[in-house]
Amino acid sequence: MAAGAVARPAARARRRVRPGRVLRYAILTVGGVLFVAPFLYMVSSSFQPLSEIFSYPPQWIPTNPTLDNYIGFFRSGHQIGRWILNSTITAGSITAAQLFFSSLMAYTFAKRKFPGRDLFFFLLLATMMLPAPVTVVPNYLILKVVPLFGGNNLGGVGGHGWLDSYWGIIVPNLVNGFGIFLLRQYMKSIPDEMLDAARIDGAGHFRIYWKVVLPLSRPALAALAIFTFQFWWAALFWPLIVVSSPQLYTLPLGLALFQEQNRTVWNLIMAGSVLASLPLIVVFLLFQRQFVRGISVSGLKG
Amino acid sequence: MAQVAVPGTRPRPQPRKKPRRGLRGVLREMRREWTAYLFNAPGIFLFSTFILYAVVVSLWISLHDWDLIEPDRPFVGLDNYREVMGDGAFWAAIGHTIYLTLGSVIPAMAIGLALALLLNTQMRALGLFRALYYLPAITPLVIAAIIWKWVYNADYGLANYFLLRLHLIDEPVQWLGSKHLAMPSVIIMGIWISVGFNMIVYLAGLQAVPNELYEAAEVDGANAWQRFRRITFPLIAPTTFFLLIVQSIWGMQAFDQIFVMTSGGPPGPGGATTTVVYYLWQQGFRFFRMGYASAMAYTLFVLLFVVSFVQFRYYLKQVER
Repeated sequence: MAAGAVARPAARARRRVRPGRVLRYAILTVGGVLFVAPFLYMVSSSFQPLSEIFSYPPQWIPTNPTLDNYIGFFRSGHQIGRWILNSTITAGSITAAQLFFSSLMAYTFAKRKFPGRDLFFFLLLATMMLPAPVTVVPNYLILKVVPLFGGNNLGGVGGHGWLDSYWGIIVPNLVNGFGIFLLRQYMKSIPDEMLDAARIDGAGHFRIYWKVVLPLSRPALAALAIFTFQFWWAALFWPLIVVSSPQLYTLPLGLALFQEQNRTVWNLIMAGSVLASLPLIVVFLLFQRQFVRGISVSGLKG
Repeated sequence: MAQVAVPGTRPRPQPRKKPRRGLRGVLREMRREWTAYLFNAPGIFLFSTFILYAVVVSLWISLHDWDLIEPDRPFVGLDNYREVMGDGAFWAAIGHTIYLTLGSVIPAMAIGLALALLLNTQMRALGLFRALYYLPAITPLVIAAIIWKWVYNADYGLANYFLLRLHLIDEPVQWLGSKHLAMPSVIIMGIWISVGFNMIVYLAGLQAVPNELYEAAEVDGANAWQRFRRITFPLIAPTTFFLLIVQSIWGMQAFDQIFVMTSGGPPGPGGATTTVVYYLWQQGFRFFRMGYASAMAYTLFVLLFVVSFVQFRYYLKQVER
């Protein structure tokens, strides 16, 4: 802080003599405007009546801003509230579960010695080589034969199992190799002395994990939570495969199908799109620093 | 860190017992560390079911004429793979996917690097610019695709409006409806989406380049381009390499934007924007040809193996560090 305050006058002096700085800001500003333009256009359209959206030239600022599109979207005859709830439940529980299971496993890989550890971890990394589409068909069939669910009998026959249910969206995604890898790398940097101290105090392994390792891993956990929630809130492919009842659609899935079936109501589509992006933007703006740090924490920095 | 109650006692160096060789020693150690297995049990169960078992089941299915609706699923050996090899639409989809991937990844990396270089100074508005450029990456892909579908709308879209006003085109263009323009249109959206990620990763990479090198080069009279060419670019090569690998793997799985923007079309032989995963989804979940879709998935895996293996090696190296 103090050093920055001292350095500032000098930096300002240098700033004044450099015309390159002006150019730099100019390029960044023009580029930035171009980058947010489509996005702002969506937000603006979501407040315009349909007649204004279908006007030429396009309107950047709504002349008669209205909330009708949002109300209309909720009254469009689809269970919009349910879609939002479904997205929240699936993304929320996948994120919570991944944080718990991944950190539990990462702790054993980073801080414990047990026969088979390196082999397990190697296999885990190897699973990350597998492109997701390879497991889509078999997992669909596996979910279909889960016994005693969705009308199935004990032998897994007769119904649709975990397909078309929250279980089907959530359960295959409760753990993720990348999350374990990320947390393990981070936990490796926690000094062993801290764990030893807790052990001497009589803490068991779970207590050490819960009271020492987890609090110290907060930055990595935050990064993983943000990435996972972002991914599953936005997910289309897996929900599209698993879900068939409209009341179980997630918001992106519902919107993707909605815009396909109603090609002219762009006002409602835009309102829905704003609603679907809003939570992620709020999360990003609140946790921008964790976000950026997360990318370097995750070993992505090369 | 503060709330962890760590007593002031220094841990006494514990005598490290070397694990005794032999089965009995291993078993004893396993019994002593049984909680480690307990902690891993849920994860291992899930991995074994939804990845290991799934991979085996997938292979099994790919050897059958496995129709989801037909109860009769005859074993057909390698017929599905033979069909994949001779399926023009599959190879066209591979071509489209590579076109989409390289077409968006390389420009996005170049723009991301340029932005990172511009931002990598003591800037006032760093956070603001970072947020502006990262905003598209935060937007769910489905939503980004919807926005751009509207931008590309032939009659009311922003794209035609601006190009007409700038007199770059004389009449409205059918962006997503044209065989030649559909993929470039999807690519432009792909660039828009991923520049922010490239920029942030490059920024982290640039911050690791020691300042002294630039100072020394400046003393030697190197101009900005020479400094970039001789110092920055070689030193951030690992970042470049990493971005290329990771994004290639993501790009090869492109689905959402195709589903929303073009449905694989415009219609024609193979569909000009049908990607591999979109084609796989069509075969498996529209036409219920599970055997054929599995054979396609395995073929994709084999084709991608080199890239995935490089990524795997990268992670392994990180672990050893």
